Amino acid sequence: MSEHDCDDAIAQLYSYLDGELDADVVARVEVHLRRCSPCLEAFDFEAELRKVIVSKCNEEVPGDLRLRIMQVLERLEEPSGPAA
Amino acid sequence: MADQATFAEQATPFLDPLYAAALRMTRNPADAEDLVQETFIRAYRGFPSFQDGTNLRAWLYRILTNTFINSYRAKQRRPEQTELDDVEDLYLYKRLGGLEAASLGRSAEDELMDMFTETDVKDAIEALPEQFRIAVLLADVEGFSYKEIAEIMDIPIGTVMSRLHRGRKALQRSLHDFAVERGLVDRDPVVIEP
Repeated sequence: MSEHDCDDAIAQLYSYLDGELDADVVARVEVHLRRCSPCLEAFDFEAELRKVIVSKCNEEVPGDLRLRIMQVLERLEEPSGPAA
Repeated sequence: MADQATFAEQATPFLDPLYAAALRMTRNPADAEDLVQETFIRAYRGFPSFQDGTNLRAWLYRILTNTFINSYRAKQRRPEQTELDDVEDLYLYKRLGGLEAASLGRSAEDELMDMFTETDVKDAIEALPEQFRIAVLLADVEGFSYKEIAEIMDIPIGTVMSRLHRGRKALQRSLHDFAVERGLVDRDPVVIEP
């Protein structure tokens, strides 16, 4: 395994996790990951970190804001002029 | 052309994630509430020009992002930093990647899940300068593609990629700093080279 292969794989890490690579590059990266456990560990770590970030960023909209928005939308839906 | 009468039904499922994004952008609940409400009003008014069958979620985030940049940025209380220090690649992995090997049967995900609180993750995102913060938020939390982010932020794809690259590294350094402050990891641990 040349160091160049590792550098090449690590350079593609985020594009790979982001699903932004062409199929031939994905295949090349995956061939490398099957042969190189240090790179595989780095890829797994980044993928798992991403999952942790997503799971810790949830928010629930406050009930009164939800209600207020529904009321604003209802008001906007009413015809602006008086009924003919 | 989309029918305004169906707007509420189609858009409200996105209320929670839009509010979460608004909180990360504005960094305070009162502004986040105003931003989301303003976004829904603008989206309702613009809905006739929305093409049915295209990506409503991305369209709503685009309105949210534009509204934030045009109306709320000026109100931001914290001074906005625009540049980032250069941080090495795989910053966190090089410092924490050996953890799961040390604790048998636990994955990196288990370790990281326990190590970082929700507040840590939210604070680390909110500490990023705006242009990096929005890109990281849209990619890592919301899962938008580079092309979608480029359209939402109205910047070239290459700029999206460079903001993500630098923003993610800075985010990892903030997370590491939190773990060090709490005494969970050493400041200068053995660095793993992949």
